[in-house]
Amino acid sequence: MVTQAGPSRARPLWVVCALGVLAASMVAALLDGAADISPWQVVLQVVDWLPFTDVDSGLAPVEQGLLFELRLPRVLVAAVVGGLLAVAGAGYQGVFRNPLADPYLLGAAAGAGLAATAAIVLFPAVAGGVPVAAFLGAVGGVFLSYLLGNTAGRDGGTATLVLAGVAVTSFLTAIQTFVQQFKVEELQRIYSWILGDVGGGWDQFWLVLPYAVVSSVLLLLHGRMLDVLSVGDEEATSLGVRASRVRLMVLLAACLATAAAVAVSGLIGFVGIVVPHVVRRIAGGSYRIVLPLSLIGGAAFLVLADLAARTVIAPAELPIGVVTMFVGAPFFVAVLRVTRRTAT
Amino acid sequence: MISASGLSVRLGERDVLDGVDFEVRRGEWVGVIGPNGAGKSTLLKALMGLVRHRGAIMLDSRPAGGLKPRERARLLAYAPQTPALPRDMTVFDYALLGRTPFIPYLGRESRHDREVTESVLDRLDLTALATRRVGELSGGERQRVVLARALAQEAPALLLDEPTTALDLGHQQQVLELVDRLRRTDGLTVVTTLHDLTVAGLYADSLLLLTEGRAAAAGEPARVLTEELVGRHFDAHVKIEPGPDGRPVVHLVRGGP
Repeated sequence: MVTQAGPSRARPLWVVCALGVLAASMVAALLDGAADISPWQVVLQVVDWLPFTDVDSGLAPVEQGLLFELRLPRVLVAAVVGGLLAVAGAGYQGVFRNPLADPYLLGAAAGAGLAATAAIVLFPAVAGGVPVAAFLGAVGGVFLSYLLGNTAGRDGGTATLVLAGVAVTSFLTAIQTFVQQFKVEELQRIYSWILGDVGGGWDQFWLVLPYAVVSSVLLLLHGRMLDVLSVGDEEATSLGVRASRVRLMVLLAACLATAAAVAVSGLIGFVGIVVPHVVRRIAGGSYRIVLPLSLIGGAAFLVLADLAARTVIAPAELPIGVVTMFVGAPFFVAVLRVTRRTAT
Repeated sequence: MISASGLSVRLGERDVLDGVDFEVRRGEWVGVIGPNGAGKSTLLKALMGLVRHRGAIMLDSRPAGGLKPRERARLLAYAPQTPALPRDMTVFDYALLGRTPFIPYLGRESRHDREVTESVLDRLDLTALATRRVGELSGGERQRVVLARALAQEAPALLLDEPTTALDLGHQQQVLELVDRLRRTDGLTVVTTLHDLTVAGLYADSLLLLTEGRAAAAGEPARVLTEELVGRHFDAHVKIEPGPDGRPVVHLVRGGP
């Protein structure tokens, strides 16, 4: 039997399937909400929003406005943030050659947490300050980890960097706890940010979109290079690739993606581990597959996680970070078991 | 094709290579032998530009220092002793990595790159395995896949670090015969480190004996594999006789040293 062998790439069928799952999750997430609107009318309304279609959903202007101003941006922010976290996670995993690398293990979350807390405590009146501070904090956190990992061991490779991330995370979290104790009355606000929230509305969507586009395109372009890196620095060099340059480019893009996601949504963990791992199992290990499908899959995952967060204890809401951690932590252990078994 | 003079490598406090002179002619197979820790692997890495070194290296009559990584990768293909094999990668994708020096940084492989990869897989009888994952292969198959990646590079010279480690007798022979055949048909220059002295003497046109980072002897196998030199540098008691084809065969002698 002659099988068609060729370079791995994201086959159109998979992309279409993934997009189908994403579209279905987004519609499902639009159906749920406090106001009582019939599902069929929501579907009609969604069709009406699509370009070149004109359908009368029969919804009153108030209901239409509610869908458009409340439910739709929330779903879109969840999709963008989920896609960014997943594709950034895949990027980190390629750079560190470690399937457990995650935006949150590399100091990004702790850096963002510290900066956001500082912004809330020191400048409580500045409304737009938290996202900006979180963005800078995330970049700073990863940069610190990278610097520490590089000085600690030039040839220590990926393990050194992940360990540096752990050290930086502990240190920054300690400072963050220290800072938050100055303003105990702001604890509620700090914690609701730390546990994640995608209900920021259109402002947040437009805020995150440019960074999302730039960082995702950069990451998607590096798929083949990450495949080359997977044979290690020495062999990559023997193939004529400057490994450190590729690593820096991918790290910058992944860092930008993480920072943008964290800035609008707070800390939402484990998306970057769960989604790329599932993609790898189903579709294949090449980063030319893992990166694009993680982007789409991550979007669908976070939309569904947000739906769960809103419905599980309705009418109250769970923080979305709790939902992803609830799914992600056992998953992390499962991935760890698989990697350890096959590594030996 | 390859020449080095005064090649020295210092790792930490230790001189791993110390003033080695070394010459490989086009189409020649040079075997690098020596006791453990003599600097055999380091020699290949220095040629490949993977470790800091002093001394001059000429590749294809051009100073290696002036070559960009991609240019060097088009002249030399390298397979390390224990290659990192990403277990989820398909055999085709892995062999295709050899085309990296010809693909633009953010570009994708051309039809030519795919054709070269296909033909290399075909020559090494790997076509049937092309869609398999590298992690599922046996030891002999892996070694062939690594060789496929190196050949896909289409470089005029191959540097192979212990290509037969961890292979049984039959697979050792298979891999070495394969390299020999490719060398003859394509005119490849081959440099291998080999720990089995008889095997080294059997396949290589000339041998370089390294001990403690220095070149102790170099030349035809019969001149390097002598009881005196092997006994002294390997600290071993051996008997060396000409084999059926006149090449030296190294026997261990019981009860020594």
